Amino acid sequence: MAEKNNQSPANPSRRNLLKSASLVGAAVASGGAATQAVVGQNRATPVSQPRSREALEVLTAAEAETLEAITDRIIPSDENGPGAREARAVHYIDRSLASDNAASRDNYGSGLAAIDDYARRLHGHPFHRLSPELQDNILLTVIEGQVPGFNPSGSGFFNMVRNHTIEGTFSDPYYGGNQDFIGWDMLRYPGVRIGVSASEVAQGGDLAPAHQSAYDIPTFTKVIASTGRGGNGN
Amino acid sequence: MAINLPGTDVVVVGLGAAGGVAVLPLTQAGLNVIGLEAGGWLSSRDFAPDELRNNQRNWPQSVQKAAQEAPTVRAFSNTTAKQGGHPMMNAVGGTSMHYWAQSWRLNPWDFKVVSETTSRYGASRLPAESTVEDWPLDYNELEPYYDIVERTVGISGKAGNIQGRIDTQGNIFEGPRQREYPMKPLRSSPFTEMMSDAARRMGLNPFQGPAAIVTEPYDGRSPCMYHGFCNKGGCHVQAKSSTAFSTIPKAMDTGNLEIVTHSRVTKIVTNRAGKVTGVEYLRGNEFYFQPASVVLLASYAYENTRLLLLSRSAAFPNGLANNSGQVGRHYMSHHQGAPVTALFPHDLKNWYGLPAQGTALDEWADDNFDHSSVDFIGGANLWAHTDRRPMTAARMGTFNMVSRNWGSEWKRFLMENADRTNSSYIQKTTLPYSHNYLDLDPSVKDPLGLPVTRITARYADNEVKIAAFAQDKMEQWYREAGAIRIVRSGLGGAMGASTHAYGGTRMGDNPETNVTDRWGFAHEVPNLGILGGSVMGTSGSRNPTLTVQALAWRTAEYLTRNWRSITS
Repeated sequence: MAEKNNQSPANPSRRNLLKSASLVGAAVASGGAATQAVVGQNRATPVSQPRSREALEVLTAAEAETLEAITDRIIPSDENGPGAREARAVHYIDRSLASDNAASRDNYGSGLAAIDDYARRLHGHPFHRLSPELQDNILLTVIEGQVPGFNPSGSGFFNMVRNHTIEGTFSDPYYGGNQDFIGWDMLRYPGVRIGVSASEVAQGGDLAPAHQSAYDIPTFTKVIASTGRGGNGN
Repeated sequence: MAINLPGTDVVVVGLGAAGGVAVLPLTQAGLNVIGLEAGGWLSSRDFAPDELRNNQRNWPQSVQKAAQEAPTVRAFSNTTAKQGGHPMMNAVGGTSMHYWAQSWRLNPWDFKVVSETTSRYGASRLPAESTVEDWPLDYNELEPYYDIVERTVGISGKAGNIQGRIDTQGNIFEGPRQREYPMKPLRSSPFTEMMSDAARRMGLNPFQGPAAIVTEPYDGRSPCMYHGFCNKGGCHVQAKSSTAFSTIPKAMDTGNLEIVTHSRVTKIVTNRAGKVTGVEYLRGNEFYFQPASVVLLASYAYENTRLLLLSRSAAFPNGLANNSGQVGRHYMSHHQGAPVTALFPHDLKNWYGLPAQGTALDEWADDNFDHSSVDFIGGANLWAHTDRRPMTAARMGTFNMVSRNWGSEWKRFLMENADRTNSSYIQKTTLPYSHNYLDLDPSVKDPLGLPVTRITARYADNEVKIAAFAQDKMEQWYREAGAIRIVRSGLGGAMGASTHAYGGTRMGDNPETNVTDRWGFAHEVPNLGILGGSVMGTSGSRNPTLTVQALAWRTAEYLTRNWRSITS
């Protein structure tokens, strides 16, 4: 198990993510946040490249763009490191809308449209193209109930997205988010293990992170038991 | 029409913490037992360390029969009850599969609240609307059953009172035990050591609590691995002493236990003479009638009550064993809420803890202190435990230290404080009241069209006063340990569905105020036994499961010794 972890690409990629996240932050700051309402197209480009191309299962491309921008305001990429965008919280939410959160699909459709419509009406640009300051102002207006189009309320919609963004950032990577264990590293959670000694507990967040999914552990990998094939190619 | 099955000696309805224990003495005595269980078998492979599935999506409870019949809840009888969640689980082993596994004995006072309070403070100190009675048995009578369950199920802990000899490493307030726990308590942690040190500076006696979690190889099971996913998770190495891994396999080894999974009992059947003849259950799309000489009802307090109320007959027009009108009365759910949450200026190293790994103070529980100068009876056990996972940490309160709970400022707060908070678990004495009861909901039904249980209950003044008093004590303890911020939760209102559910079929000598006799058999139905928290008349200020199991063993043993008279 330990050998596998050492081969994991997670550590180098995490360093790259930190670097690129701070570069984006610098670019935004140098542009003069107060005057520059719209950030260049490059900002919408994901900082972290997915390992392979994947389809959106539920959301439309435009919905995913708006949602990614919102998740990035909830847990931002900033000078303290990567956030929900790099953790691919939207990938998690998209998958969950096809399964456990299917009942929220309509609320996502109407809520994301309401936010994007409001952004275009107020600033002439889609939400995801606006500066972080303008995006925050719109989200605050949504929470205050001043933007129409939510069911049942703007604050309800925001809380739902916040809740799912937390799930997408901090849940087991098996579910499609927490890419490269960004969420767990952010909290200095040393990761999923099957047993922990007293001396490991005493290291607290300084314990070297395990960087594995629960389902990398053979005991819990149903696919191995039923078909003889491994789950994630490790 | 139901398909008639061959008869058996005993049918046990529900193979959880209670029924799963009772089957062992029954089958060891040579009785043929059929266990009907609504859930199925789960194994170690099902218990992945997966916070999203277990703790956020509530996988252990979400696909269960219990989810389809969750009770409705209201605080007052003049309002409409709304269906809420439920914490129970259907599986072989029941809720003992995924519970916290704290396994306390009740304090001797809990068995004799009326007489002890009256003699020490006067009868006027009993809350006016409370229906509390002394139990028909005392602590000493239950002690041998606590002992045998601790050995057979596998409980770890440290004794504080062995035959009157006090040991400050354990709970100095507990009733006398005949011997030490079968194995040492769960290990301490940097956090529990810090809290214990603080308590000792305050002149108090902290101790590590007892748990149905094995701490050394026991009965072929592995000791606890401390991986941090015990809360709402089954154990991946079977260290948690669920009945599915302890008593039920032993009962199966006798060859006298047949388990029927995925069976949903819909009715307990009686004859004209008012005796039970068996149970009717649904499995797949077929109804079956399982005849039995004795029926032991061992589901949760909510379902025990509901099945009785649903089992109307000519002899029992208001529900089985309910000609007294006592079924559903004296309901309590334990006052477990009103926690205190603390923020410390350093990491607590709690990433790999579990709810049963903690340090306790019993100074203000039960009648362990002089109540002359306070305006309530009973008290609270204070429990500081290690239990943290990433999403739980990310959802922590922010102690008013950030302007909003999203964005860069909040993210920075989380990064700094994810491992710096702790929420206490404070269990308080809860008494039964005339205004708190269970009955059938008049409009909400399960998928079979049967009404669900309705809870009408709220915490009364006595419980709310205990909560406020206990919060003071908990805050002082946290402050002494170095906490820099404290948040207290509300003191409690409506009593929702809880794993700590008591009453509905209370045990007592008086058939006009109790459903079962002192052995757990219905006053009105001699061959119907009832197991579970539903027979308990007081809650104590600690988890109920060990007492439920000791009572279940005692009822089962009584049946084996009195088989002829009970079945004649």
